[in-house]
Amino acid sequence: MELAYNMEYLNLLFNEVYKIFFLIIPVLVSVAIIVWFDRRVWGLVQKRRGPNVVGPFGLFQSLADALKYIFKEIIIPSSANKIIFILAPIITMTLALVAWAVIPLSETLVLADINVGVLYLFAISSLGVYGIIMGGWASNSKYPFLGAIRSAAQMVSYEVSIGIIIINVLLCVGSLNLTEIVLAQKEIWFVIPLFPMFVIFFISSLAETNRPPFDLPEAEAELVAGYQTEYSGMMYAMFWLGEYANILLMCAMGTILFLGGWLPAVDFFPFNLIPSPIWMVLKILFLFFLFAIIKAIVPRYRYDQLMRLGWKIFLPFSLIYVVLTASFLVYFDLLPEKDF
Amino acid sequence: MLAHTFFFYFFSGIAIFSALMVITSRNTVNSVFFLILDFISVGCLFIMVGAEFLGMILLIVYVGAVAVLFLFVVMMLNVAQQKQSWFIGKKSTHIPSGLIVAIIIFMELLVVIGGWKYKDNVSNSSSLVIDKDISNTHAIGSVMYTDYILYFQLSGIILLLSMIGAIILTYRRRENVKTQSYFKQISREKASSIELKEVDFNKGVKIDD
Repeated sequence: MELAYNMEYLNLLFNEVYKIFFLIIPVLVSVAIIVWFDRRVWGLVQKRRGPNVVGPFGLFQSLADALKYIFKEIIIPSSANKIIFILAPIITMTLALVAWAVIPLSETLVLADINVGVLYLFAISSLGVYGIIMGGWASNSKYPFLGAIRSAAQMVSYEVSIGIIIINVLLCVGSLNLTEIVLAQKEIWFVIPLFPMFVIFFISSLAETNRPPFDLPEAEAELVAGYQTEYSGMMYAMFWLGEYANILLMCAMGTILFLGGWLPAVDFFPFNLIPSPIWMVLKILFLFFLFAIIKAIVPRYRYDQLMRLGWKIFLPFSLIYVVLTASFLVYFDLLPEKDF
Repeated sequence: MLAHTFFFYFFSGIAIFSALMVITSRNTVNSVFFLILDFISVGCLFIMVGAEFLGMILLIVYVGAVAVLFLFVVMMLNVAQQKQSWFIGKKSTHIPSGLIVAIIIFMELLVVIGGWKYKDNVSNSSSLVIDKDISNTHAIGSVMYTDYILYFQLSGIILLLSMIGAIILTYRRRENVKTQSYFKQISREKASSIELKEVDFNKGVKIDD
């Protein structure tokens, strides 16, 4: 009996492992494509062509870059704390990938449909700061350390407003499960009633992923490359991959919370035949396009402005919006009723 | 149940090991990293017993915010690695007071654990009726703001007080510090900032400011 149970457990484990592979490999490939897309958009905004040589439309550029990084030598500074120095990019990359376990690509296509999906995503994205702070500290050099300190403060501050924005959405859903959050948007996407929250979420996710205009941790004019300065070869590439996987994750989070996840944008004949994962990918791509365009057209923030924006503008505004949403829902008796 | 037992011992082993490393490792930054590892493995244990809400909140609050600030402070203070090991070498003056605190805590733990009788059914020992069918997020939410609103508000006020206390202790007004006002910077106009002057040759110009 016991043995049979354990065998069944092992069987389950192996099933999950192959599912995990089918999730991770598409995520990694899409990260490679998204890097190409980012550079391409950036180039086109600046009237350049961007990467267009390797493969069709330059699609294989990221693969070529990755190959280059693999063959480069990994240099560990002699005064660095070796274990933490090596651990930092691994943690960044792992955290960026494990969060994908709860992202639902359609009503049934999800690896782990857990009760507290939003909290899991939020927890994982708040852990993301450790990769950066560990890398910056372990390098034992001034620019990486300054970059790490900056980014730690920045990510912690913007997480607060992201958390409060999530509360807004949860008030309208009544569940922490990501699938239920998407299903609650069948009538109307939350981007319409909660539009100001969507804007703040988008800007906060720019800050959370250290993207321009909030890329102060790696402001090249002041800090060389911030926390990545001492990294080379594959370890640098892992930081870089983890960063883009995180950006993709924030886009997926925005899609699920505000843009109706896998739900079709236009729900009539030719369009509702399109499978739901494709809708999901299209919406993620749309959000990523905004990320890429903003990188190209917005100048970098000064650090005190960044802090002021997070604590003095976004935080009070989203708190007021929680009160507004809650009062609206209570007054019009729209609070989600759960039959639990 | 073997797998469940295995994971339980795996996580609790890591938790105990990292808790020991927090107090024994000589580098303070390493201590904080082990503290984080401890938080994470305790969070995993919470999730294993079915308290997923508590586990996630532990990760978000302690690992995502509190430990970052710990790390921040320890890194900024740049507490150098202690050259002596913690029990050999130079005698520390803190050992007696530390021992007293440790003994008191140990006695308290003895009293608490000795006085605890294991109940057959833990959920019946509380007056609260726990519905097994609902998720624990719903269960916590349904009692926290109704039956326990007073305690909730009290703990909030205690947190607010400690926050105000910390700000008052560390805040000092500095003289002669230049600050930038966004309003002034943005509302600057050409007329108020640029003045054209005729400059005579070999005489220069006097700028009164």
